[in-house]
Amino acid sequence: MKHIISMLMENEAGALSRVSGLFSARGYNIHALTVAPTEDDSLSRLTLVTSGTAQEVEQIVKHLNRLVDVVKVLDLTEGSHIERELMLIKLSATGDLREEYKRLADIFRGDIIDVTTTTYTIQMVGQSKKLDAFIGALDSGLILETVRSGTVGVLRGEKCLHV
Amino acid sequence: MEMTGAQILVNYLEDEGVEHIWGYPGGAVLPIYDALDTDAKKLSHILVRHEQAAVHAADGYARSTGKPGVVLVTSGPGATNAVTGIATAYMDSIPLVCITGQVATSLIGLDAFQEIDTTGITRPIVKHNFLVKNVDDLAITLKKAFYIATTGRPGPVVIDIPKDVQTAKSNYAFPQEVEMRSYLPVTKGHSGQIKKAVEMMLSAKRPILYTGGGIILGDASAELTELTHKLGFPITQTLMGLGAFPASDKQSLGMLGMHGTYEANLSMHHSDLIIAIGSRFDDRVTGNLEKFCPYAKIIHVDIDPASISKNVLVDIPIVGPVKQVVTEMLSILEKTKLKPDEEALAKWWVQIEEWRATNCLGFDTLGAKIKPQAAIQAVWKATNGDAYVSSDVGQHQMFTAQYYPFDKPRRWLNSGGLGTMGFGLPAAMGAALAFPDETVVCVTGEGSIQMNIQELSTCLQYGFAVKIICLNNGVLGMVRQWQEFFYERRYSMSYMESLPDFVKLAESYGHVGVRIEDPKTMTAQLEEVFSEKYKDRLVFVDLIIDKQENVYPMIPAGAGLNEMILV
Repeated sequence: MKHIISMLMENEAGALSRVSGLFSARGYNIHALTVAPTEDDSLSRLTLVTSGTAQEVEQIVKHLNRLVDVVKVLDLTEGSHIERELMLIKLSATGDLREEYKRLADIFRGDIIDVTTTTYTIQMVGQSKKLDAFIGALDSGLILETVRSGTVGVLRGEKCLHV
Repeated sequence: MEMTGAQILVNYLEDEGVEHIWGYPGGAVLPIYDALDTDAKKLSHILVRHEQAAVHAADGYARSTGKPGVVLVTSGPGATNAVTGIATAYMDSIPLVCITGQVATSLIGLDAFQEIDTTGITRPIVKHNFLVKNVDDLAITLKKAFYIATTGRPGPVVIDIPKDVQTAKSNYAFPQEVEMRSYLPVTKGHSGQIKKAVEMMLSAKRPILYTGGGIILGDASAELTELTHKLGFPITQTLMGLGAFPASDKQSLGMLGMHGTYEANLSMHHSDLIIAIGSRFDDRVTGNLEKFCPYAKIIHVDIDPASISKNVLVDIPIVGPVKQVVTEMLSILEKTKLKPDEEALAKWWVQIEEWRATNCLGFDTLGAKIKPQAAIQAVWKATNGDAYVSSDVGQHQMFTAQYYPFDKPRRWLNSGGLGTMGFGLPAAMGAALAFPDETVVCVTGEGSIQMNIQELSTCLQYGFAVKIICLNNGVLGMVRQWQEFFYERRYSMSYMESLPDFVKLAESYGHVGVRIEDPKTMTAQLEEVFSEKYKDRLVFVDLIIDKQENVYPMIPAGAGLNEMILV
């Protein structure tokens, strides 16, 4: 099962490589990983998507907690949460396809943010599953480039991950 | 007070109470070596002959004293040579602070002379590491390093200090306190869990204590001994835990695992409750996990949550310092009206004594060649079983674990996790420095000793009167044993040709060399080696043993604890 693990880390050089190194050294999967500073300069927020049995994920969380630069770790998937991913996708769009892609983007609540005579670049935000579905609805031969941000997420309601 | 980074380092180490530092100079640490000359008062530096040995020696010092070992090496090859030592300490959770020089910050990333990404290389084998880019951060970083290395589950910490940071100036005051929001080691086990564990212990019919190096690291030998006596349970210890509970006590079943005793492994296999304290269910202990202890509930006490339910799922996990948890168990036992199930225990002991009666460590004493087991027993006798004993890795290591029963903690120094050949001699130097009046033995083989033989020179310089017992069978014994058992006796590259004359070699380094090859004279010769006559001398004993001898009992890879090869 997929798990979204969210953590606060000291904003130190090398902190990210400690996390990624842990995953490669212990043979855990990373499906996606995203990291950026928070409103507090001293902290970074890292979100990663991994998969494994409940026992494996528990072990991953314990190992992450053991890293000295990691301040807090939370498995978002354990509770009620919101998750989003951003995608930019560049399509070859000519002739009738231009109208069709515009309709399809509307259906998926995507925005066309760049247009040339032969291409569209569509921006789309949503759960990873929705982005997968959009890609699935396209003719793969006409996709020129896909860029995805990796999932980010927060707990629902008033609960927060903070120091 | 304003001083250079190098001076801050030296003054900090003095203020931290560090007495000894093991190292080797080089370009990127010259300012620090200069500060050692100008600023060190009590701090002494021991010059080794290879950086790997510096780390092992600091490690041996840490294992034998409980204090953190401190190492100083230069950038590039100095740091990479230290890597094996750091990894060795990491696998056995030994507190070390390793200071590495680095090229100047302006040169980092430019492939400068003797530049290597030290924090990158050491990242997977340290508890934590630091690159200090600003001299103002140096003192607090040192404070953090010692704090991290010595608290929680201990481990090595590397501090990489660029040369310009060593020469830059800053104000120094010893930081009295350190606080890290991201590092908060557990100081107390969960009381509810401890209570549940004690209840489970008191209702067990076939319980066994299985303890490891965590008892020694956590200084909990006295508490463990009291608990074991109070419960009347059998106890088995891992390779790393030997000495935490006295081996001569009748409740001790000896070591468990791949080369453990018959009684220890069968007791584990048939137990209904395993009380694991400061041990980590290593693969050399569990054998085949599918077949591991099918009837047992498991209580696991460890300071590292990541060690719990990593290999084997446990029923009652307790995260906390072993000393505190065992002390709390003792106080619950003091108060409770419940008693261990005496009747069931008596039956359990009858069964265990039956297993013990197989005398699995018995060996054939006949023959013209010295048996390695007999040699270790003779060393045990000659040292009254009370020496600091380091070992290298291989058959001699297992023979020592089996035939040199330890009654005290911190006496047995060996590389259990990483299995580093070349560990023994420098580790013995660490113990010899810490305990100049005690007997320090290094049990080794003709293979292992050659991996750090250059340290004979360090031993001469500092008067380390280590007694080296080199069990010389002319082959890489453990490799040969596996080839005999599992590779149809194809002895590929396990034979050491062109061995030196170790007696002459020792003499050329200025030490005493002794060859022992006759079983009839062995005891007398060893007694002389350990006599007053050589109290202040390093003696290298080239002890020629039977080439064919194997380590038994043995659990082959993939087998369960109840599937041992006895002879």
